[in-house]
Amino acid sequence: MALSGLDIFKLLPRTNCGDCGVPTCMAFAMKLAQKKAELGECPHASDEAKDSLGAASEPPIRLIKIGGANALEIGNETVMFRHDKTFFHQTGIAIELLTSEDIGDLKKKIEEIENYRVERVGEELFIDLFFIRHNTDKKDNFLETIHAAQNFSSKGLILDCPSIETLKKGLEICKDNRPAIYLREAATNQDFELAKTFNASLILFADSLESLETQSEKAREVGFSDLILNLKSRNLGLQLQDNTILRRSALRNNFKPFGFPLFSYIRGATVYESLAEASVLLCKYDSIIVLPEYSKALLYALFTLRQNIYTDPQKPIQVDPKIYPIGDPTPDSPVFVTTNFSLTYFMVSGEIENSGISSHLVIADVEGQSVLTAWAAGKFVGETVAKFIKDIGLEDLVKTRKIVIPGFVSQISGDLEESLPGWEVIVGPQEASDIPSFVKNVQLT
Amino acid sequence: MAFEIPKDNNTGQVASVRLGATPDLGGTRSHTITVGGSTALPFHFFEGQFPSPPIVAMEVFDRIPPKFPQPLRNYFENVLDKPGDMAKKCIDEYGADLISIRLEGTHPEKGDVSAEEAAEIVLDVLKSVSVPLIISGHGHFEKNNTVLKKICEITAGENCLFNFVETDNYKTIAAACIAYNHTLVAQSPIDVNLAKQLNILLTDMDFPLERIVMDPLTGALGYGLEYTYSIMERIRIDGLSGDKMLSSPMLVNPGYETAKVKEARTPKEDNPDWGELPERLAHWEIATAMSLLITGADILILYHPETVKAVKGKINDMYQTPKDE
Ligand code: B12
Ligand code: SF4
Repeated sequence: MALSGLDIFKLLPRTNCGDCGVPTCMAFAMKLAQKKAELGECPHASDEAKDSLGAASEPPIRLIKIGGANALEIGNETVMFRHDKTFFHQTGIAIELLTSEDIGDLKKKIEEIENYRVERVGEELFIDLFFIRHNTDKKDNFLETIHAAQNFSSKGLILDCPSIETLKKGLEICKDNRPAIYLREAATNQDFELAKTFNASLILFADSLESLETQSEKAREVGFSDLILNLKSRNLGLQLQDNTILRRSALRNNFKPFGFPLFSYIRGATVYESLAEASVLLCKYDSIIVLPEYSKALLYALFTLRQNIYTDPQKPIQVDPKIYPIGDPTPDSPVFVTTNFSLTYFMVSGEIENSGISSHLVIADVEGQSVLTAWAAGKFVGETVAKFIKDIGLEDLVKTRKIVIPGFVSQISGDLEESLPGWEVIVGPQEASDIPSFVKNVQLT
Repeated sequence: MAFEIPKDNNTGQVASVRLGATPDLGGTRSHTITVGGSTALPFHFFEGQFPSPPIVAMEVFDRIPPKFPQPLRNYFENVLDKPGDMAKKCIDEYGADLISIRLEGTHPEKGDVSAEEAAEIVLDVLKSVSVPLIISGHGHFEKNNTVLKKICEITAGENCLFNFVETDNYKTIAAACIAYNHTLVAQSPIDVNLAKQLNILLTDMDFPLERIVMDPLTGALGYGLEYTYSIMERIRIDGLSGDKMLSSPMLVNPGYETAKVKEARTPKEDNPDWGELPERLAHWEIATAMSLLITGADILILYHPETVKAVKGKINDMYQTPKDE
């Protein structure tokens, strides 16, 4: 439960020394209560204060890191619904590697996955982790796979190995890169010790809420807290329900045993079922999703969903309103205009590039809305577009006096011409994908 | 502290809406389908009742949409221009629960098909399948009204779901739906207040709430999906909190929206990192559909047979949950 300012004040030294940067202990307590300060800023706090406040000021869902330099960060979420604020740490996507596969093939696969990056709306999308499942009884297969993953990729690793001796050897190899250990059974003290020794996080396995709670409590007793929760449910409906219960308990009741990120291994009967399950669990609270197959078609859809769900609902992804050169435009090159919604900008600029011509792309400021949305909101109409064009100095930059507008807003062409004397407005195609054929058939300057 | 499952006590309930009419109800359908009725957020079985699982419709067309994606054409090749046969295939082979007939060809700029011809097509589909029907129109007010009014008339008593009316154009079609015993989709552009306002306008003209389905309007995955996702969650939360004007079941169009986007037609050669087109198209529609399913969609209109299979499979799977307990 959150402590009030007064509760916190009682735990402070009450000397008003000011070392924390605020004049009084009371003022500092208020800041703590509002989560605008951290207890560490008071150098005189007692151990007792640290204990009681530490627990209360911990985030309701712990932040966990997996991996080395560019570690994946998961957890530390604060809301059930993205519209309540936003989701902060997007779901990490892992691809499974089986150690029974030929090591040469594995190396190729690791390299390929390492190099696989897709761009969408200016963001680079990629796979976050490898899930290494040891499914032979040869220790070397496991160790070679870990070596390969370490040598050919920078991604974080999750290790799944039934033999604790082999696992130890594997952890030895990657202990500097914060691996995660996947458990197949209820955790024992030995598991906690192992994770502690190798600086790893531990993915608890349970088939009931009770078992999960017991294990999580046990970890707490031995002072281990880098946990991830894997609650196995019988079907997707129950899993959705369990995930909701876990997240709600952590956020609403501050129930500590469940205050950790969630994990799922996807096991669809077909690739389509896999994607269906992954989509649901990505939206509803999983922080790690392991996919058994590496399918680009599937991943591109899943990445896009992740981008959608983890976008801050308060601010659409937008680009700076200005004139963008596409290719190497000269003052004689044609001019296109659209809005500063990132998606719109990237689609249109991409298609102009595809068409092979150089041009000036005017990106008007409509607070990050799509063409039709901005038009419907009165932000992308003749007058405002004309004003933007004048203010930004397009008339000094180009010699041409023709401008191409999006086909969906053909109705603004009259007003635009009126507000922009000397200019001719050309109505472009509705879909950006028709720009390449359009530029071949129409005189643009 | 002992663990206790934190439950919500909802005072509201999603309205139950019945689609279709059997002979004893004045229609010719072999069965009716009821949607809605839930008392908690989707799939929260631990704190509510879910009498009617979400349903999946597939769509047939008065005119083949010019940009209909190639991978889908491969499934429907010889029936794409025969709405009756296509409807039958969707039901018998692909397992759709009901059929939507999209009359976009009646739009003056998209074929200007006459109301009479559209009526013929609807009658043909009505004859070839026995499930309830959705009649989907377009945004050209005048023509849409003429066409849908006519269809209301010739399908009198069938309790079709007329898709859609909007705030600036609802009276004609709503009146016809009352007169001929049909159900209605109230569409509003991704906005809680506009959705509510339209339901108020409709009930003000005595349109019964049990005959309204809301369409919060969706973009495809990657094209504004996140806005719809959140608006649907907010609508459902408000509805369950007791706001009757936001308690209607919801309908979404993942198929129609996905078929429009670039990812539905760019071949792999143009963008190797996007993967194979036929699979990508199915994945795109599945991700759109599944995310909307868990925010409260009660009726999903889908295009891709693989999507129908995956989504229906998951709905069945998920709805076993309460029976298992
Ligand atoms: C997501 C969305 C929203 C989001 C905003 C998203 C955003 N950041 O812009 C929200 C929920 C906020 C929203 C709000 C509204 N929306 Co809205 N929204 C949509 C939706 C679903 C998708 C829009 C989108 O992202 N499209 C993708 C982008 C890439 O498309 P685009 O910018 O048009 O670009 C394409 C083309 O135009 C072309 N192109 C772009 N630039 C250029 C330039 C040139 C030169 C060329 C040749 C081509 C070209 O290329 C792109 C790809 O082909 C559409 C419906 C739909 N399915 O399309 C409705 C839609 C645009 N919205 C609509 C409306 C009415 C509204 C509201 C007015 C409703 C309201 N009263 O609240 C508000 C307005 C906002 C405000 N009051 O501030 C209507 C517009 C109707 C109309 N024709 O006038 C639509 C069409 C829905 C509908 N059918 O009613 N909306
Ligand atoms: S540093 Fe600590 S003791 Fe000093 S004023 Fe701040 S809270 Fe009080």
